Amino acid sequence: MSTPRKDDVSGVDTTGHEWDGIEELNNPLPRWWLWTFLACIVWSIGYWVVMPAWPLVADHTRGMLGYSQRAVVADSLAKAKASQSGYAKRLAALPAGENPADPDLQSFALGGGRSAYAVNCSQCHGSGAAGAKGYPNLNDDDWLWGGKLADIEQTLRVGIRSTHPDTRLNDMPAFGRDGLLTLPQIADVADYVLSLSHSGAVSPQAARGQTLFAENCTACHGETGRGNRELGAPNLADGLWLYGGDRASVIASISESRRGVMPTWEGRLDDVTIRQLAIYVHSLGGGE
Amino acid sequence: MADPLPAAPLAASEIGAEVARSDAEPVNAKGRRSLYAKRQKIYPKRAKGLFRRIKWIAMAGLLAIYYLAPWLRWDRGPLLPDQAILIDFPGRRFYFFFIELWPEEVYYITGLLILAALGLFLVTSLAGRVWCGYACPQTVWTDMFVTVERWLEGDRNQRMKLDQGPWTANKLGRKLVKHMLWLVIAVATGGAWVFYFADAPTLARDLASFDAPTAAYLFIGLFTATTYLLGGIAREQVCTYMCPWPRIQAALQDEDSLIVSYHPARGEPRGAHKKGESWENRGHCVDCNQCVAVCPMGIDIRDGQQLECISCALCIDACNDVMDKVGLPRSLIGYDSLAGVMAGKAEAKPKLRPIRPRTVLYAGLMVLVGVVMLYALFTRADLGLAVERDRNPLFVALSDGSIRNGYTVHVQNKHHDERTFVLSVEGLPGARLAVVDAENDLAAEMTVTADQMESFRIFVTVPRGGVHDEATDITFRLRGAGGEMVQYDSVFRAPDHGGRR
Repeated sequence: MSTPRKDDVSGVDTTGHEWDGIEELNNPLPRWWLWTFLACIVWSIGYWVVMPAWPLVADHTRGMLGYSQRAVVADSLAKAKASQSGYAKRLAALPAGENPADPDLQSFALGGGRSAYAVNCSQCHGSGAAGAKGYPNLNDDDWLWGGKLADIEQTLRVGIRSTHPDTRLNDMPAFGRDGLLTLPQIADVADYVLSLSHSGAVSPQAARGQTLFAENCTACHGETGRGNRELGAPNLADGLWLYGGDRASVIASISESRRGVMPTWEGRLDDVTIRQLAIYVHSLGGGE
Repeated sequence: MADPLPAAPLAASEIGAEVARSDAEPVNAKGRRSLYAKRQKIYPKRAKGLFRRIKWIAMAGLLAIYYLAPWLRWDRGPLLPDQAILIDFPGRRFYFFFIELWPEEVYYITGLLILAALGLFLVTSLAGRVWCGYACPQTVWTDMFVTVERWLEGDRNQRMKLDQGPWTANKLGRKLVKHMLWLVIAVATGGAWVFYFADAPTLARDLASFDAPTAAYLFIGLFTATTYLLGGIAREQVCTYMCPWPRIQAALQDEDSLIVSYHPARGEPRGAHKKGESWENRGHCVDCNQCVAVCPMGIDIRDGQQLECISCALCIDACNDVMDKVGLPRSLIGYDSLAGVMAGKAEAKPKLRPIRPRTVLYAGLMVLVGVVMLYALFTRADLGLAVERDRNPLFVALSDGSIRNGYTVHVQNKHHDERTFVLSVEGLPGARLAVVDAENDLAAEMTVTADQMESFRIFVTVPRGGVHDEATDITFRLRGAGGEMVQYDSVFRAPDHGGRR
């Protein structure tokens, strides 16, 4: 600090602030600047009166205009909903199992389906619909109950082993737990089942298992093990396994049976959303 | 040039009848300063001469560019706007004659800004604040507003007298008409601005019939207000208080830059001069204050370089006029370098050095940036490809053992007509590529409408055993009918056993 003095060059008083010999001049402020500053103060007081401003203990001052960002958001959401109603009606009027021909309607269905999927389905099937052990991958072409648009929509509506009266239901016996087959027999069947999707020579165990398979399994899974979508019986001859394709997992599946569950979405989601979801899932790459 | 104010400290006869004398005083003179400074109104006197003429021409040219440019037409085919200069925000395009910029190409604007900055540096190091004095919108519009003011209220002294005088019907009428005209100019200024952002003839029609978008009226209102305020009311305060350029200029000028300067060696000691008196033992400055009277910034150039000085050179015109009348050589105030001013009366005047390291550097950088920009502009592809790989799931195993990857392909067609492209993938033997279009049909072709970017979902499928690594580098190639081609590198993911079982 130095004491305020008159600067020789400019003839202006200094403020007395000094850094390394550089002093600050105390030039006058334009008077309009002062007025602008005062006008801002007046403006802010007016703002407090008309706009929401001060926090209170449980609330806040509302302001005379009654402006609320929350109300603005609610309003724009309602407007967006209203603007979609035309698309929603057209989508609902579409015959089941038919993809919209209009690209705009299609993208409306895909967009709505994508967000409904993220909220309702991703918990089990994964955010990328890749599934997990026990929860089918929706991207591939392996479907328990059919991969046509109408099949997917039906599965969404009634669920699997759900509370819906028309629920999809596949009932595989627990061959081990219920004593229908002995453990060595089950192991032989497992070897045979695994051989269906593997090329190469059939082992003697698998050959034994083939007989047992023909006796116990073909009713649902078919002669060649390719499954039956009417019954929700999985294709055992492809390389895809919902509960694991290693020997132990297959033995466990035969012994204990797997009873996967999917809820019914009828009543929980509206018809348009269910249709959007079906179109979205169908579009993921496995749709038939 | 006659100054009718008789209250000058010296009678006209004392300094020669042909030279009028003004009592104009610089507003920033010592002893005029206080804590809050009320603005000292400046009444710039009309100047005549070379630089005033240059300023008129510059003003006419710049205003013509500003007002007429949006009305120029440029044919781009039936699908695109035919306005030569158009900033199309809804369409996300910038059109400038034959150039059309997409949003991701704003680096061209960066390049232009760099060029503009370097140009400003170069001009300033050569000839001082040429921009401030002749081309800055603040200067041009203030000049226009002052001209209107002078037209209605008379020159400096009449204006001062009018302001000091009582409010008469005449005064009220003149002031009212002046502000009306200012507002008309301001509305025209704001009005011209919006034409750069929409089709000018359509918008003009809509504006007239009050069918234009609210935003157009809003911006016209905003620019009307700022033009009126900055050009009519604030004037020189914008330069002294708001603009950073006066602070930067000192770093860009050196002792060889041509600047508007008073030559104290020739002018001092100044003093009134009677006709017929000897010029021996005195300076050439007759202290008539005309240089102060014409100054739109209200300063005295004889005080030397000041941040307020915008280098408009009107003081040169005023002083030359006086020098002609008293029969002395011109350029007591003139464009000179600081080195020239310092040399004073020395016989060997330092030579002008327009070519100096800093000017060479600025010019060289300008050429470099300009060449790089032109090269980039003329070699840029009118076809763009970007590929986003699906990250969730990384890959999908299909029931026949094949592996499928999903990609989103963005294709930019910068042509002015629709084009169809064929996408192929290389680096993966046996891979099948399919485009999923809106109806979920599979196709190999992609059709993109004129001047648009469109996105496509594609699947690449490799049959069982066709891929052996967790990640395989692949290249997408997009070919147009005319042989144009772009490519994009990506990766194909597979399970670590390579799909073999």
